[in-house]
Amino acid sequence: MQSKKIDISLKIWRQEHPDAQGNFQHYSLSGISTDMSFLEMLDVLNEKLTLEGKEPVAFDHDCREGICGMCGAVVNGQPHGPEPGTTLCQLHMRHFRDGDQLVIEPFRARAFRIEKDLVVDRSSLDKIIQAGGYVSVNTGGAPEANTIPIAQKTAEQAMDAAACIGCGACVAACPNASAMLFVSAKVSQLALLPQGHPERRERALSMVGKMDELGFGNCSNERECEAACPKSISIRHIARLNREFIKAALFSE
Amino acid sequence: MTLDAKIPDGSLAEKWDKHCFAGKLVNPANKKKYNIIIVGSGLAGASAAATLAELGYNVQVFTMHDSPRRAHSIAAQGGINAAKNYQNDGDSIFRLFYDTIKGGDFRAREANVYRLAQISNNIIDQCVAQGVPFAREYGGSLANRSFGGAQVSRTFYARGQTGQQLLLGAYSALMRQVHLGKVTIHARQEMMDLVVEAGLAKGIVTRDMRTGAIASHTAHAVVLATGGYGNVYYLSTNAMSSNVTAAWRAHKKGAFFANPCFVQIHPTCIPMHGDYQSKLTLMSESLRNDGRVWVPKKAGDTRPPAQIPEAERDYYLENKYPSFGNLVPRDVASRNAKEVCDTKKGVGETGLAVYLDFADAIKRDGIETILRKYGNLFQMYEKITAQDPVKQPMMIYPAVHYAMGGLWVDYNLMSTIPGLFVLGEANFSDHGANRLGASALMQGLADGYFILPNTIGAYLSSCAPGVPDRSARVFAEAEKNAESLISKLLAIKGKRTTDDIHKELGKLLWDHCGMARNSSGLQKALDRIPQIREEFWNNVLIPGTGKELNQSLERAGRLADFLEFAELMVTDALDREESCGCHLREESQTAEHEAKRDDEKYAYVSAWQHQGTGKTPILHKEPLTFENVTPSQRSYK
Repeated sequence: MQSKKIDISLKIWRQEHPDAQGNFQHYSLSGISTDMSFLEMLDVLNEKLTLEGKEPVAFDHDCREGICGMCGAVVNGQPHGPEPGTTLCQLHMRHFRDGDQLVIEPFRARAFRIEKDLVVDRSSLDKIIQAGGYVSVNTGGAPEANTIPIAQKTAEQAMDAAACIGCGACVAACPNASAMLFVSAKVSQLALLPQGHPERRERALSMVGKMDELGFGNCSNERECEAACPKSISIRHIARLNREFIKAALFSE
Repeated sequence: MTLDAKIPDGSLAEKWDKHCFAGKLVNPANKKKYNIIIVGSGLAGASAAATLAELGYNVQVFTMHDSPRRAHSIAAQGGINAAKNYQNDGDSIFRLFYDTIKGGDFRAREANVYRLAQISNNIIDQCVAQGVPFAREYGGSLANRSFGGAQVSRTFYARGQTGQQLLLGAYSALMRQVHLGKVTIHARQEMMDLVVEAGLAKGIVTRDMRTGAIASHTAHAVVLATGGYGNVYYLSTNAMSSNVTAAWRAHKKGAFFANPCFVQIHPTCIPMHGDYQSKLTLMSESLRNDGRVWVPKKAGDTRPPAQIPEAERDYYLENKYPSFGNLVPRDVASRNAKEVCDTKKGVGETGLAVYLDFADAIKRDGIETILRKYGNLFQMYEKITAQDPVKQPMMIYPAVHYAMGGLWVDYNLMSTIPGLFVLGEANFSDHGANRLGASALMQGLADGYFILPNTIGAYLSSCAPGVPDRSARVFAEAEKNAESLISKLLAIKGKRTTDDIHKELGKLLWDHCGMARNSSGLQKALDRIPQIREEFWNNVLIPGTGKELNQSLERAGRLADFLEFAELMVTDALDREESCGCHLREESQTAEHEAKRDDEKYAYVSAWQHQGTGKTPILHKEPLTFENVTPSQRSYK
C-alpha cells in the first residue's frame, strides 16, 4: 500500500494537574502520512505546539512495540483505538480517513488518577499484584527446572494469560471500571501452573479483595474488556478467577 | 589510579565458588540496618532488589516509569541461554563460556564470562519456580531453540515474549517484597545525580517527574541498573526514554566508562519511513534462515521488485560469502546492507532498505511451511508497513540495538567509585565487542539474582550499620546543582526543539561512528559534536516549567547528557584502530576487505576517566589475558 497524506482534526483532553478542571481542546493537522503511527502523529502535533510557544500534550509511552504497557488513551470511545488486538503505539494512521475527527481522552477510572492530559496513575495495578500475584519463593532455593513436567497445553494456556501488559485498557473499557480481566490474567496463570498451587486460595481472595478496596468496580459480563485488550486476553480467565474465588471462599481451611 | 579487576585466583571453574567463600559476610541480624538504593527496575534492577530484600536488606527502588514493570527488558523477544544441555547435543558450561567469549570477539574477561555460564542454569531453575511460562515439549519438559552464534540448542523461550515473562517474574518477586515491607518503590523519579562523599557513593538526588520536586536519598550502597545508551543515535530499537543520564552523571562523579564505542547494530529491522520516525522495530533474526537478501544491480533502479528480472538482482551476501550466504553474523550483514545503500542501490521510498525475499522459500517449501515458521513475524511486519511479505519481498535495514559498553566494574560489579555497583546493560562486563543473541537476559538476571547479592556484602561489611553517615552539605549542594541545571535549560528559550537537535546528533553518529568507521570520519564527528552541544545550550526550546510534569524538559535533560557522552564514544572509537566485534575499522581490514582484529595492540578494555566537559578524558587500559581459550580470527568466506 502506498502511503498517502491526510488531514485530521483532533479533540484532546487537556488537564494541567490532578486537581485541575480539564477540558477538550481542538487542533488540526494536515499532511499526516498514513505510514505514521498514532503516537508519531502526536509527536508531530507536539513539535508544532512547541514551536508555536504552546504547551505540548503529555502522554505516556515508551517501547512503542506494544509490550511495555505504558501507552494508552481512549480514541473515539475505544481504549487503544479502533484496531482489535493493538496497542495505541502499534496503531497506524492508515486506519483513519482524510478529514476524520479523533477524540482523544485518558483512560478514566476511579482507581486511575489523571496526572496530566492523557497521563494517568496506574499504580493501583501494582498494588493488586502486591496482594498476591506471585509465587512466594526466594532466590536460590529453586529445584532443577525440569523436575516438574507441565503439559504443553497447560503451559500455553498459562502463557495466554501471562501475556497481559498491565496497560489498564480493560479498566477503561469496562462500564464498572472493573479490573477483573487484569486480576484474572495473573490468578489464572498461577492457578494453571503447579508452582502457583500452594497459594492459590489466598491469592484469589486477597487479589480480589485488594481490587475492591482500591475502588475498581465489579464484573457484570459486559465483555468490553476482552474487546479492548491489546493482547486479546479472553474472559475465560475471568471464569477461572470466579471458580478460584468461590472455591477459596467456600472451602476455607 | 590503577584498575584492579579483582579477579580471584584459581582455575576458571573454581574462581566464583572460592570468591564467594572468601568474601566477608554481613551478620544476618545486621542486614536490616543497611539501606541499598537501586536505580532502574529492569531484569537486573528488579532481580537484585527482590533478592537483596529477601536477604534482609532495606531496599529502595527508583524508576522513571509509572510502574517497575515497564522497563525495556520487557521488549526482548528471542530467549535466554543456559548451559543445561537438555538436548544432549554437546552443550556444557565451558561451551557456553566459549561461544560467548568468541562471540564477543575476545574483548571480555574470561573469569566474568565463565561465571555467567555457570550461573545460567540457576537462572532457569529460579524463573521456573516463579511460574514463568516457558515453552514446553509435549512430554512436559522445557523446550529449547537454536540461536545465532551457537551450534547447540540452548535457548529457553516464552513465545516471542521471553523478556516480558522474565521481567514479570522478577517484578512479581519484587512486588512480594514490597508487600512484606522490605522494598519501597519510588515511581516516576529520575536520578539527577550521584552523591559522592570522601570518595564513596552515599546516595542520589532525584527529581519527581510529576511535581518537579528535587529530593535526596541516602544509602550504604547505590546500584545502577539503568540500561544502555543506544538512543544516543536518536533512532534505535530501544524504548523512547532509555538514556545514559544516570550512568553519565555517575561517570562525571568518578566512575570510569568502559568501551563506549562498542554498540551492536542489528541487521533485520523495519526500515524508517520518514523523518517523523520515532523509533525502529526489530524483526527476529531467524528470518534470514529462509529469506534471500538482495538489491537491484543498477543504482537508482525504482522498479517494483516483481519487475526486476533475476539477472538484474544482486544477491550480495550469497555472492560475497558463498559458504555462509544470508546467515553471516549480525555485524557482517549490517555493514553490507549499509554499503549497498550508500552506493544508491537501496530500495523503498527512502532508499535506505534492502529486500529480504521469501519467494524462493515459498516455492521450495510451500506457503504453509513458511507461514508456520514466520507467520507471527509476517503479521507484525504487515501491521507496521501494510505490506504482505508473501506477495512482495520484505524490506529491512540495520538499527542500533544494544550497548556492550558501559560503566567499568570489577569482578564484584563495583565501579571505580566504592559503594557504586552497576548491573545489566549499564555495565560493560560480559559481552566484549559483540553480544550473542539470548545473552542479554542471561546477564541481567545473573547480575541481579546471583552475583550482586553475593558480592555486595563484602563492601557493606566495611560500612558501619545504622543510619548512613553523610554530610548534609554535600547533599544540599547536589540538590542545588540539579535545580540550577533545570533552570538553566528552561531559561534558554531558543528556536529548536530537543528532538530536532537530537536527530542531528544521531545522524552524525550513524554516519561516522556506526558499523564502519575511519579516522577522518571520526575526527569530523569529534569536531562537530561540541558545535551541536553549543547549539543545544544556546538554541533549544523547552516549553513549560520545572515544577510540573514536563516531558519536554525530561527529554532535554537526557539529550544534554547524550551530547557529552557522544564525544566520549567517538573518542573511544578513534583510539581503537582495529576492527572488532560489531565494528569495521576501515584502516584495519584483510586483503578481502574483512574485519581484522589486532590483538597485539588492542587486547584491552578501554576505561575512560572524566576530566570535565569538552576536555580530553584519560584512558586507562585493563589488559585482557586469555589462559583458557585461544583468540581466533573470524572468517565467514
